[in-house]
Amino acid sequence: MSTSDRLHVVTADDLPPSRVAFGRTIIWASGLLLLLSFALQTAQALHWVDLGLTTWRPTLYAYLVWAVCLCWGQVLMRGEQGKRVLFVLPAVLFVVSLTVFPLLFGILIALSDWNLSNPDGRKFNGTANIVRMWNDPFYWNALGNMVWYCLAIVVEYAIAFGLALMLNAQIRARKFFRVAFLLPLMLSPVAVSWMVGKSILDVRLGPIAQLSQWLGLGQPSFFGDPVVAMLTIMAMDAWTFIPFMMIMLLAGLQAIPQEVQEAARVDGASGWRGFWEVTFPLMLPVSVTAILIRVIFKLKLADIVITVTSGGPGGATDTVTSFIYREYRDRSNVGYGTLLAMVYLVIIIVAMTVLMKVADRFVRPRT
Amino acid sequence: MTVETAEAPIFRDSEADRRHRAKWWTGRVVLYGALILWAVICLFPIYWTVTTAFKLQKDLLQGSVVPWLEYAPSWKGFASIGLSPDTIGIEMTPREEFLKRFMNSLIVSLSSSVLAVALGSLAAYGLSRFSYKFAWMRNDDISFFFLSQLILPPVVLALPFLVLYKALGLLDTRIGLILLTTLSVLPIVIWIMRDQFAGIPTELEEAALVDGLSVWGAFLTIILPIALPGMVAALILSLVLTWNEYFFAALLTSTHANTLPVMVASQTGSQGINWWSMAALSTAAILPLVVLGVALERFIIKGMAAGAVK
Repeated sequence: MSTSDRLHVVTADDLPPSRVAFGRTIIWASGLLLLLSFALQTAQALHWVDLGLTTWRPTLYAYLVWAVCLCWGQVLMRGEQGKRVLFVLPAVLFVVSLTVFPLLFGILIALSDWNLSNPDGRKFNGTANIVRMWNDPFYWNALGNMVWYCLAIVVEYAIAFGLALMLNAQIRARKFFRVAFLLPLMLSPVAVSWMVGKSILDVRLGPIAQLSQWLGLGQPSFFGDPVVAMLTIMAMDAWTFIPFMMIMLLAGLQAIPQEVQEAARVDGASGWRGFWEVTFPLMLPVSVTAILIRVIFKLKLADIVITVTSGGPGGATDTVTSFIYREYRDRSNVGYGTLLAMVYLVIIIVAMTVLMKVADRFVRPRT
Repeated sequence: MTVETAEAPIFRDSEADRRHRAKWWTGRVVLYGALILWAVICLFPIYWTVTTAFKLQKDLLQGSVVPWLEYAPSWKGFASIGLSPDTIGIEMTPREEFLKRFMNSLIVSLSSSVLAVALGSLAAYGLSRFSYKFAWMRNDDISFFFLSQLILPPVVLALPFLVLYKALGLLDTRIGLILLTTLSVLPIVIWIMRDQFAGIPTELEEAALVDGLSVWGAFLTIILPIALPGMVAALILSLVLTWNEYFFAALLTSTHANTLPVMVASQTGSQGINWWSMAALSTAAILPLVVLGVALERFIIKGMAAGAVK
């Protein structure tokens, strides 16, 4: 198995049997401890025994002990090979325990009626949540909005590409422009969207409204009309994330060898044609990566919507995340919200898989 | 590209040359115009946030933009969170409140970034050097497993975690928040660090191993110092992302552990918004990152560019 390692190490591992046995013992013992504490706590949760425990913390501690013993046991039992496993194992344990377990638990929640403020606790209600989702116009509306939000990425990409080209040109004060263009990405979207959404875009006192009145365009309204409200949210989100695409594209531009550009110029392809026939095709792989990552981030869009419009007017700016957030805040029912989130996850996974396949097909024949 | 030559009076530019020069100048003007326009778009909201913190109600109503010329700056906004020169010495509840949130933000973002970089670097190093087999998963599958966490929207985990944390007594604690923010930046760290380690030749470790170091010894003493700039880049990028994290913090914390963005978002009083105090808070929330961004811009760009170009 270690024949294909990039780093080839030959070590003579002759582990004494007692050490191997000790390693096996601590893994099994801590595993048993974990099972035992889990069983006892389940018994308490079902009111079979009363141990006087208020939280599930003991099980958590048992899990931590088991995780440490598992890592240590690897080294004891497998020597050199175990030490290598130790590089990846902590991260794997961390991610598995924080995603896979909650996801499985989430499926259970999704199929139940569970109001956290209700003392009765969880009630299994089968497919009732699914039926409710099917008839919920606001959820479908939020999903439709996500499509529009994702389409806005095309415009963001065009702007980001333009900015990257400008930063890559022969300009003075390049460092200043780079820092200035990067700053929006660094700033808290919540703080900035508060100031931008509620102060700069204020219909009476904001500088934009005053500018438009001074120009004789009348009083603008940024969050009254559904379409304009959505465009405003898109613009605010674009403001934050254009630098991200810009940096990736800039890195791609700088990786293009200078000779290629020069050769193109010698062949008579300069300016516009040179861009479309030389630079753009060479940038395709980077562009696809940048757009895919941007789509992933876009699908998580929530904080701007929650703070500025909270989905209004009439759900026109709702994203799936902000909708579920409000659904929970208003009714504190975790069951329905979790089901919506799970369905969203399935849609995302299917859509991203298709998108990645298409992108792969799109990039390959040209490079 | 034209080359600027010293203009001797004897040589006169031909008609074609002059046209060329005019075109070049128009290009320059358009280029710098576009650059300056975008710089204004990027910087104006920051300028507005910072200056609003120094305005009074009447300045706001008049819509003044330029300080000193149109209005006299005042410390009222910062006084409301106890950070102006005349209130800094006095005990104040708003300042205690603000400092508590600020410390929460700082602790959460620092510890989760450090944790993510530690876990992520180890995993990325292991994946770039050895071949693993966990059950049916080989190296590529494990890498994909880590990176696929990026797709997972936070909202999917949020509600199950709400229930789990309630059962575990971790709701409204910093540790609970740290675990989740670490999880959210871990894929990005692994992505950056995998790229870094792949660029370091294995001969270095081979030499170290021949000299008698163990695998971990070689990693800690030889590889880590070389990969340090990449790790700093990953750390700073995670710091930025975790400092600005809002969704989990809004959902999982209430009074003890809530962070600065949550405090900013919850500033709607019953009698409208106090713009100056709001702006002062926002300024305090974005200022650390403005400083970080200006000072360490190089690392951030390096971190984000990693993996973009293969």
